[in-house]
Amino acid sequence: MTETQLLPSGKPIISQLEMLNITKRFPGVIANYKVNFDVRSGEVHALLGENGAGKSTLMKILYGLYQPEEGQIKLDGKEVSIHSPVDSIDLGIGMIHQHFMLVESLTVAENVALGLPSSRGFLTDLDKVSERILELAEIYGLQVDPEAYIWQLAVGQQQRVEIIKALYRGAALLILDEPTAVLTPQEVDEFFITMRQMIDDGHALIFISHKLHEVIEISHRVSVLRDGQMIGTIPTKGATKSKLAEMMVGREVGIKKDRFETDTSEKRLVLENVSALSNRGTPALTNVTLDVRSGEILGIAGVSGNGQRELAEVITGLRPVTGGKIILEGEDVTGLTPKQLMNRSLSYIPEERMKDGMIKEFTVAENLILREHDLEPFSKNGLLNLKTISAHSEKLITSYNVKTPSQETMAKNLSGGNIQKLVLAREISRKPHTLIAAQPTRGLDIGATEYVHLRLLEQREEGTATLLISEDLDEILALSDRIAVLFEGEVMGVLHQSEATPEKLGLLMAGVVE
Amino acid sequence: MNRKRQSEVVSKLMDALLPVFAVLAALAIGAVMLIILGANPIEAFGALLEGAFGSANALADTVVKATPLLLIGLGICISFRGNVINIGGEGQMIIGALMATALGLAFPEWPGLLMITLAMVVGFLGGAVWGGIPGALKAYFGVNEILSTIMMNAIAVQLMNFLLAGPMIDPVQAGKASKIPQTARLSNAFDLPRLIPTRLHLGALIAVILAVVVYILLWRTTLGYRIRAVGQNQDASRYAGIDVKRQVVLALLLSGAFAGLAGAIQVFGVNHRMITDGSATGFTGSAGFNGIVAALFGQLHPLGTIPASFLFGALLVGANKLQRVVQVPSAVITALNGLVVIFVVSSEIWRRRRETKRRTEATFEMEIEELHPPPAQDLTANEEGVS
Repeated sequence: MTETQLLPSGKPIISQLEMLNITKRFPGVIANYKVNFDVRSGEVHALLGENGAGKSTLMKILYGLYQPEEGQIKLDGKEVSIHSPVDSIDLGIGMIHQHFMLVESLTVAENVALGLPSSRGFLTDLDKVSERILELAEIYGLQVDPEAYIWQLAVGQQQRVEIIKALYRGAALLILDEPTAVLTPQEVDEFFITMRQMIDDGHALIFISHKLHEVIEISHRVSVLRDGQMIGTIPTKGATKSKLAEMMVGREVGIKKDRFETDTSEKRLVLENVSALSNRGTPALTNVTLDVRSGEILGIAGVSGNGQRELAEVITGLRPVTGGKIILEGEDVTGLTPKQLMNRSLSYIPEERMKDGMIKEFTVAENLILREHDLEPFSKNGLLNLKTISAHSEKLITSYNVKTPSQETMAKNLSGGNIQKLVLAREISRKPHTLIAAQPTRGLDIGATEYVHLRLLEQREEGTATLLISEDLDEILALSDRIAVLFEGEVMGVLHQSEATPEKLGLLMAGVVE
Repeated sequence: MNRKRQSEVVSKLMDALLPVFAVLAALAIGAVMLIILGANPIEAFGALLEGAFGSANALADTVVKATPLLLIGLGICISFRGNVINIGGEGQMIIGALMATALGLAFPEWPGLLMITLAMVVGFLGGAVWGGIPGALKAYFGVNEILSTIMMNAIAVQLMNFLLAGPMIDPVQAGKASKIPQTARLSNAFDLPRLIPTRLHLGALIAVILAVVVYILLWRTTLGYRIRAVGQNQDASRYAGIDVKRQVVLALLLSGAFAGLAGAIQVFGVNHRMITDGSATGFTGSAGFNGIVAALFGQLHPLGTIPASFLFGALLVGANKLQRVVQVPSAVITALNGLVVIFVVSSEIWRRRRETKRRTEATFEMEIEELHPPPAQDLTANEEGVS
């Protein structure tokens, strides 16, 4: 390296960043153990791993949010110490968080300027900031209006603001933490174009994702972490999905699932022109008409926040409808309470399982009877039948393979995957006629996701009518018999599995009807 | 493994002894205060111990003092477990006492056992109403229960002052110029039976039995299950089909009921009439607040609240003796009580932290056992070959 190369933003490139022998412990957990990782100018280095494998710990160390106990970080061959994000930003390291760090009620320029000293002391210099934003937008092809308010922007545009924010601060290396999780397939394509341009310009990118096909498409090298240890770094060329999945999980993952013909003669759950309001009082669902048949999985696709949550809550009686009818097994059940619906054999796997699905300070056994504690055989005349409850939970722990020290363990001490197994066990063991599964695998690792999928397909074969709400298109496509797409609270269309492609769904998800 | 088990036993023992150490530490600071005031701390604490446990009478007084603390503490166990903060024990106790007293005054000829039973029930119901009102306000109108229960205390005190000075005033006092605001003495037939020839009355036994009842209520009944579920996580409870509002009302209502019962027992077991100095404390002795401390000290467990109430009863009774013997200002007693509370609550926080740490370690060990031996070694070599 004889002379310093410059990026289009005018900052020097980072030709190589190395993390050597990084070890980080948390009380009782080794999050990173002697991890080696490096990224170079002009490449996308993908970081893969299941939840809890240590990816985010490693990246938080790089960004200065955690301090490693052992190991060193070298930037262009020189050892550096990063004590806080201020240090990492000074070194040219930027991070795009999975959940955007933007203030909704401020403009793009105000968000970019946030936390930076003004060139005019106590007065703002937003005009200068805006100018610079437009410059950067020009160079990188990231169209944004500096005067626009964040709340006015679509998710993809907000992400561009995050990137501009990092570039504005002189980032030469960007950590992208699951950047595609919130995007439609079309937005992902656009995002990849931006990424390619950035590496052409000499940036170094670290790409964290669960989605193996994206990793294969965009990255040059892949590193896989498992249980806090680096399993290996391989060139992407020649890597296959199954090879990567195997490295992540540590065993072969069976992606193939057999689907059997089922009896779908009965329209078990019917929604007729259902409308409802969001928590803010704005229309969240408008004239939704759907039916879910026995023995089928109806997938609900859509970008987050297009009425999925309200749909689930309306069906389960948690949210009042402002219009329309809900018919369960031939009877009008509009306006019934969650309890009454539950007694009509409706089960619900809520989206936010930690908040809505279980009680952290209750034992595993107590959580397993959350719905049916007041029914026989779990209680009689108001007295709990502890023996039955204990036997019941012992049975479910075994048959649903919940990893827990005992049934007396507090639920909060279980891992995310095991908590979802707990919720599944509770909702499915009732042998429901109708099942609402909202984001049932969000945040779960491959192994746990696979397990949930198998259980859902098993329910399908047993004749359960399942409404599967998911933002993961792959999941929707893999499991559903039919797919309905929600956009701004309206059903844009219902496709049969055989005619659904990511492209068709993507257009519908963006509100485009041919 | 054996050593690990040993250390486990040691740390469990530590946990159990922690509150004792906390009390000792508080007393040590109290000793410093006493020395500064020119009193001999050994003499002072000797007086405290003697006052609380020195004789059958002293011990009986301690238990009598502990009884309302325990009853109110039981109510607190219910409401706090339901995540409802009941600061209205004082008012609920007063209302329970007023209603039971009114009943006793109205029917002086009734048989003792019948009256005692009914008075307890009426006291229980009176407290339930006084707790249920803020409960309903919270559940259905979102009124903060801390504020409303405090307000209800103020209303109860004024109601007591009004009734004792007017409608319920002792006829003897009504004719006098001084007009001391108090009721007539209840019929002797209504006095709660003494357990032994001291001031110890049946109320203490009732309270201990009720502690077991509350334990069963919280952990063996569907109602207790629901109250605890709502207390821990309203969202999950609502999603599971539990009527959250109803449980909030019930938690505060039951909590008030126990305080009301404490009031009835205080009148029928100790005072045998109601008299007011204008303040709530004049009647309750601050049991409505000290009961909260006792319940927290008992880790919001009904059975844990029994020894906790006993300890605070002992402190209250012993402190009187201490003050008489070493002639220190009564503020010292208040300070001593405060110190004990601070130390005990702090030790509880410390204990919880240790427990959390132990738990995560236990979970981690379990996970480690499940893991396959880490394949790091050979793959590092592999990695070098690749990059």
